[in-house]
Amino acid sequence: MLAVYSLWRRDVVRFLRQPSRVVGALLTPVIFWFVIGSGLGTSFQSATGDGGFLPYYFPGSLALIVLFTAIFSTISIIEDRQEGFLQGVLASPAPRAAIVFGKALGSTTLAVLNGLVFLLLLPFSGLTPGPGDIVAAILCVTMLGLALSGLGIMIAWPLRSTQGFHAIMNVALVPMWLLSGALFPATGASGWVQVLMRLNPLTPAVEILRAFLTGVPAANLPAAAGTVALFALVTLSISTLLVSRPVLD
Amino acid sequence: MTRTALEVADLKHRYGERESLRGLSFSVASGDLFAMLGPNGGGKTTLFRIISTLIAPTSGTVEVFGIDVGTHPAEARKQLGVVFQSPAIDPWLTVLENLRHHGYLYGLSGAPLARGIERALERFGLTPRAGDRVGTLSGGLRRRVELAKALLPEPPLLVLDEPSSGLDPAARRELLQELRRLRDDEGTTIVLTTHLMEEAAVSDRVGILHEGRLVAIGAPGDLVANLPAHAPTLEDVFTHHTGTGLSS
Repeated sequence: MLAVYSLWRRDVVRFLRQPSRVVGALLTPVIFWFVIGSGLGTSFQSATGDGGFLPYYFPGSLALIVLFTAIFSTISIIEDRQEGFLQGVLASPAPRAAIVFGKALGSTTLAVLNGLVFLLLLPFSGLTPGPGDIVAAILCVTMLGLALSGLGIMIAWPLRSTQGFHAIMNVALVPMWLLSGALFPATGASGWVQVLMRLNPLTPAVEILRAFLTGVPAANLPAAAGTVALFALVTLSISTLLVSRPVLD
Repeated sequence: MTRTALEVADLKHRYGERESLRGLSFSVASGDLFAMLGPNGGGKTTLFRIISTLIAPTSGTVEVFGIDVGTHPAEARKQLGVVFQSPAIDPWLTVLENLRHHGYLYGLSGAPLARGIERALERFGLTPRAGDRVGTLSGGLRRRVELAKALLPEPPLLVLDEPSSGLDPAARRELLQELRRLRDDEGTTIVLTTHLMEEAAVSDRVGILHEGRLVAIGAPGDLVANLPAHAPTLEDVFTHHTGTGLSS
């Protein structure tokens, strides 16, 4: 537990000591939701219903903020490896699961903090969720943050350059978000896109957030919540296996 | 009877087609200061990374106080203090925070950790800089933080990879004095890799590593005495066994 706490604390302290990261974290939600939402609103109006695009896009923006913050935070694994810090952690007797969980918890904390900042925009969104709904959305964001941090660790661990990480981000993670129902609903999309959206582990998270924040009911809320929890369990378990594996080169 | 701190048996390591270690075998007695001398690219860092459990060998074994680092890495790590060639400290954290972080990784907390940190700060003259971010310190001070960190859990075996890398001559002398003091006063076994004769010369025993093979091992005085040349030095011993100078 001490190792988990220490690695978690390090991530949070580093974040708070880098003003550019704090400013970025505060501005990103506004830019993503308001500017993009306002720009694309007219185009998507008919597909997203009468409530308007900005309220529809709000849960999707929240998912994007969690995705970007959690995943980009794990990029520090590559930097830590390059700068030497990681070797000190790996040569210590700290359990490998603690190393993964400490890192994932740090990334999740930053993702949740950014998510909370974004939720402050709720009064300007036209959405009126109750306090219970907001708490449920924060729990979903936390679980999603853990899942995506686990995914980020899985991607970052074998890589030796941050450029490679950005390439994977563009090729896999941005489409993952686009096909999660965050930007457009599955209804009306072509058949193969609908299949991809159904298989996408981010889709149920967006469904849950939309259910609690906009009141649009999810098809099966318990199943969606179970899928997000399973997503977290799988990514964190695979990350632990990767980190525990003896390195041969 | 003297305990064996480090036992390396028929150790081999291969990076793709290139063999970096070719059947290395040696042991280090508890309480010894042992230097593995060799040129850059000779396999020293590979050996260091295997001992510190960061990479697995292709074959062969390494035991730290009887614990196999390959089969029981977590147990072996508890016996080891590790100082890397490149800094393993976080520049965004203060000296104190780095030490505390390291202590937590080793399961230390509360009063024992606080005492350990206080002692480490005093020992390396870091108390006045405890609240400074590591990123603001000079190279020599960062090296001291590295050493303080490695010794915080009071490991019985300290392994260092090119410890004086980046240090000026005065800081290098201080470092060697500190290592000797650790050996003499606290009985810490020290294993370091180096390409510097002056570091090897002050060790109890020296191994000469050349192209992945251990070509000579013994006390510096014995290695020199066994050479037929007139008034030979450790550098002559190295040249005799490798057919090349350290700088090449």
